[in-house]
Amino acid sequence: MNSAPLTKESGYEVGDLPEHSEKAFPLRKDFWQAMLYLLPSFVLFSVFVFYPMFRTIYLSFFLTDYDGMPSVFVGLENYAYIFTSDEFLKSLRATILFVLITVPAGVILALFLALIANEKLKGIGFFRTIFSSNMGMSVAASSVIWLFLFHPSLGALNQMLSTLGLSQVEWLLDPTWAIISVSVTTIWMNTGFAFLIILGGLQNIDEHLYENAGIQGAGYWYQLRRITLPMLSPTMFFIVTVSLINAFQTFGQVDILTQGGPAESTNLIVYSIYREAFVNYQFGTASAQAVILFGCILIVTILQFKFGEKKVHYQ
Amino acid sequence: MRMRKRITLYILLILSSIILFFPTVYALMVSFMNGREVLSGAVLPSSFSLDNYKKAFESLPLLSYLWNSLVISAAVMAGQLIVSSLAAFAFVFIKFKGRNALFFLFISTMMVPWEATMIPNFVTIQELGWINSYFGLTVPFFALAFGTFLLRQHFKTIPKELEEASQVAGLSRFQFFYKVVLPVSKTSLVTLGIYGFLTTWNMYLWPLLVTNDETVRTVQIALKQMQTKEVSTDWGVVMAGVIIVVIPTLLLLFGGQKQLQKGLTQGALK
Repeated sequence: MNSAPLTKESGYEVGDLPEHSEKAFPLRKDFWQAMLYLLPSFVLFSVFVFYPMFRTIYLSFFLTDYDGMPSVFVGLENYAYIFTSDEFLKSLRATILFVLITVPAGVILALFLALIANEKLKGIGFFRTIFSSNMGMSVAASSVIWLFLFHPSLGALNQMLSTLGLSQVEWLLDPTWAIISVSVTTIWMNTGFAFLIILGGLQNIDEHLYENAGIQGAGYWYQLRRITLPMLSPTMFFIVTVSLINAFQTFGQVDILTQGGPAESTNLIVYSIYREAFVNYQFGTASAQAVILFGCILIVTILQFKFGEKKVHYQ
Repeated sequence: MRMRKRITLYILLILSSIILFFPTVYALMVSFMNGREVLSGAVLPSSFSLDNYKKAFESLPLLSYLWNSLVISAAVMAGQLIVSSLAAFAFVFIKFKGRNALFFLFISTMMVPWEATMIPNFVTIQELGWINSYFGLTVPFFALAFGTFLLRQHFKTIPKELEEASQVAGLSRFQFFYKVVLPVSKTSLVTLGIYGFLTTWNMYLWPLLVTNDETVRTVQIALKQMQTKEVSTDWGVVMAGVIIVVIPTLLLLFGGQKQLQKGLTQGALK
């Protein structure tokens, strides 16, 4: 499941709720009434978000038995263990490499598509539909399609290469190519969503800005640099954050395309947690890895809000 | 627009479409091919035979997987709409102590990645006896901070006069909620509904964890099964499976694209 988009606003606007109900309804029982409306969310969040979060941190300090129950308190040893384990370090490196490939490439591709699809041309709706269609492709479906495209002998990619007289590539069997192949699949899958959001951002830009610029004879690139990109920065900020978080959560592509191989080169962190917990039944060390994943996402979010925000231009 | 710019744009649009859409179209073509055509590396099938589709339904209980996916996606969609709209209503229309703090707590759940908490969640589901049950696949996803947030944004635009008028008309708060607030927020509810349905239909990791037999298994897991089942994969059949799995979401997406775009950008940026 994709993560729910984390928005720009989440940290901020909390304070400016409208003073709606003050007059209309009596204030007295308001608190308990509100709690009643919030109860379902609150119970569910407690059971499936807050409790497991703390439980994960707790488990990361223990060795666990075969039922996954904590047996021996080991303090920070699980962390010491994973950070000296070659496997986990490789997994971290692969994850960072994967994030550095997919996020910039995916966002730039989506921006390019949104820019060319934002022009007023005949039949533009058709192109927009095509560009956003990948949003409906599930992880499993996309991965299976690409698994076939990457097939060493039957796959379309190698067939194209041989038609062009080039040597074939071991897309999923060569450690260097495998991470690129998983990245390509991911970028292809995620363009639809990023495209739709950026296109929405482009359409929100006030047309008058362009009209004024057009009269003064500004060229396309000048307008892009001086009007479009600055006005689009809140949207870009949003989509970069969402893409970063999504990239850290990648699982399905790896499970279907490579199972983490070859030589651990695509063993992204969520896949590593999954294997440690549900194949090796090491809930303690798996939890320590999960805490690291949580930390990564927390850091990304904080950095985004701290530094990203300064470069963002708000209307 | 100048002619040259127009032509350049069309060329870029067409090229991008071909590259982006090729994998999907190719999967569709392969789904019509017989084994020999697949092995020969053909691009187009010699005839549009539905044999692979028949085989796909024969090799796996695909119909029951489709049904499971439908039930689960619809249930999560309904659950999210109810739970999120109730919470959003309280955050907008009821003034109470600690409202901002509580809202912040809600929003903070967006930063906890589901994958980081899956170990205790799996144990919880096991202890509840919800492995291989619809409950395990749906209930954990009912509360959604993003949904609450999206709906709150829309509820805030509802004019105060509506609330006062409904009080004059003698409506209780809950009646105001489902007779006035929900109907005027149809756009956002539809957006959230499509979003919830799509993400649930496409879910992969969680169904993999909490199902281990056919009773509630979803179509996404069926795809993995199809592809790993035989030693020499019958790609035509697998691609037929892929097409069967993506058709419902593509239809939903094409039908609701405008709505989804409007609702999502609104929620994201306003």
